[in-house]
Amino acid sequence: MAPFIKLTGLSKHFDDVVAIDDLSLEIDKGELFCLLGASGCGKSTLLRLLAGFETPTAGRIEIDGHDMAGVGPALRPVNIMFQNYALFPHMTVAANIGYGLRRAGMRGAELDERVKALLALVRMDKLGGRKPHQLSGGQRQRVALARALARRPKLLLLDEPLAALDKKLREDTQFELVDIQEKLGTTFMMVTHDQEEAMTLATRIGIMEAGKLVQVDAPRALYERPHSHFVADFLGTISFVDGIVAGADNNRITIETPVPVTAITETLVAVGDAVKLAIRPEKINLTSEATGAVNEIPVTVEDLAYLGFATNYRVVTASGQMFKLQQQQRRTVVPPLTWGDAGFIQFDPEDVIILRG
Amino acid sequence: MGWLLTYGSRLSAKAGRRLIIGLPLFWLGLFFLLPLIETLQVSFTTPQRSVPPFAPLWGVDETGFFTNFNLDNYRLLWAYWQDYFRPAINSVKLAFLSTLVCLFFAYPMAWWIASSAARWRVVLLVLVMLPFWTSSLLRLYALIGLLNPNGFVNSLLLWLGLVDQPVQLMQTDLSIYLGMVLTYLPLMILPLYAVMVRLDRDLIEAAADLGASGGQILLTVILPLTLPGVIAGSLLVFIPAVGEFVIPALLGGPDQLMMGKVLWTEFFRNRDWPVASAIAMLLLAILTLPIIYVRYHEGRQTPGSAPATGGRI
Repeated sequence: MAPFIKLTGLSKHFDDVVAIDDLSLEIDKGELFCLLGASGCGKSTLLRLLAGFETPTAGRIEIDGHDMAGVGPALRPVNIMFQNYALFPHMTVAANIGYGLRRAGMRGAELDERVKALLALVRMDKLGGRKPHQLSGGQRQRVALARALARRPKLLLLDEPLAALDKKLREDTQFELVDIQEKLGTTFMMVTHDQEEAMTLATRIGIMEAGKLVQVDAPRALYERPHSHFVADFLGTISFVDGIVAGADNNRITIETPVPVTAITETLVAVGDAVKLAIRPEKINLTSEATGAVNEIPVTVEDLAYLGFATNYRVVTASGQMFKLQQQQRRTVVPPLTWGDAGFIQFDPEDVIILRG
Repeated sequence: MGWLLTYGSRLSAKAGRRLIIGLPLFWLGLFFLLPLIETLQVSFTTPQRSVPPFAPLWGVDETGFFTNFNLDNYRLLWAYWQDYFRPAINSVKLAFLSTLVCLFFAYPMAWWIASSAARWRVVLLVLVMLPFWTSSLLRLYALIGLLNPNGFVNSLLLWLGLVDQPVQLMQTDLSIYLGMVLTYLPLMILPLYAVMVRLDRDLIEAAADLGASGGQILLTVILPLTLPGVIAGSLLVFIPAVGEFVIPALLGGPDQLMMGKVLWTEFFRNRDWPVASAIAMLLLAILTLPIIYVRYHEGRQTPGSAPATGGRI
């Protein structure tokens, strides 16, 4: 199947600033694709290019097999939900939602019917007569979503859709957004700087840095098998250890760091290669007694933060190597290790991420 | 000690606030309300040869309380209404058309200023206001210099060979409207700019994204949201334009009698202050009542939303 959205060698320059740098990407129909990156990485510009508000400096945008060059925002099968929602303040909720339909020439009973259905979709049935300033933040977000969906776009762009909501409301709305997306089968492309939001919502995530996509993958793959130091560091917490490959036996390798570590990896490395190890905090086990398992390293607790459901530790080895780890509070009776205590950390060879150079 | 200081500063803040509100109120009372009441009183008396040239409305003499109250002036206006109606129509027409022409030019200009880079806006606004800093008479005489039969425009036309002899530009509708628009344009641009600069540009993109053409965006989004500026600017131009005396007198012909000219004639040539006052009061009522009605109606239509001259957009 041909990709639904195809970006080829896309670039956008603003004077001397390169916002999008030779970017290529393919998205399938029905995906909920999430662009994740720090502010200023070009993710919003990419969205504006897709909506048609900006013209690419170079490259091609194809949507459903059609080249979008020279096609204005009004004529693209694309709608956008703005970060500040951009609801028309002088129109009622119903008029806002019906705006796009009226522009398409819809009037009368058909229009009322569609607006009613959209109001029901976002559970705003009774509020069609309100003005935007009479709504809460969550309600405005729903109106903006309904308005953007009204013309049944092939692609819906969402610019930080949940950023203006408080935490509790954000979590509820996340799942609703996924529900609506699954119900309609519309392709969603979302921009966010919130990792948790991206992980929860997306079928695939594209991590952006300085106008380039550094890695595009499913959330799990991105988290468990990052391709680069940047991605590993950007997503969640991680500990890095520098080392040299000392021995390789198929995909089981030993790495000489201040303490020898065994890892199982698909990454092709040769003896003598300089590599970087990365280990997620929840993969590391902390015990007060040695168990003799593989990859067991004696450490001292340097710092800890009690979170209730878990405790975050920062520990150091005798050689000064620091590890960040998280221990779940499974049993309350076990006396926890505290500041200055000596103990052992251990992690499985499968959980070690090998990054080159 | 602390509470004393707080109390003291609170007291002075309160007094300061009263002073800030009180000073302009005092000013308006002294120079607007009192003359208005005086004019109203004079409009009910009879003229006489004295200083001031009218009989007192009421007073106390040896026979006791007396009053000269009568409605003769208003009866006179009613009896000779055509003599006063024609100039009133002329004035309203001039003011109305001038307002429309100002709006026509000011709207795109204000939009252009509001859309330009922030560092240029101040410069452009200063350029708009610059004519205000020169005397309006000076500007009008400059215009006369341009439009005279031997002025710059005619010289240019003759030199280019477009005309054989000087064209009559002065004492025409063209010269009056040129003068009016030149004088009042900044008053239209400024309130329009004020609402346009606060208009969220995302709304325009949202409308375009939802399939609106340029014209539809203007009619359904930009115009409704800048309407408060249109109303404010139109009032700012229309109200002084109705009573405009200098521009028609200097640039217009003798056939176009305006309300300002009639008032001037009654006051200074006929020295009939009571009739002049009655004209002024009627004109004021005719002008303010529709405005009060519009403001009241607007306030009722959109509760909690923007007042006509600002607020949330």
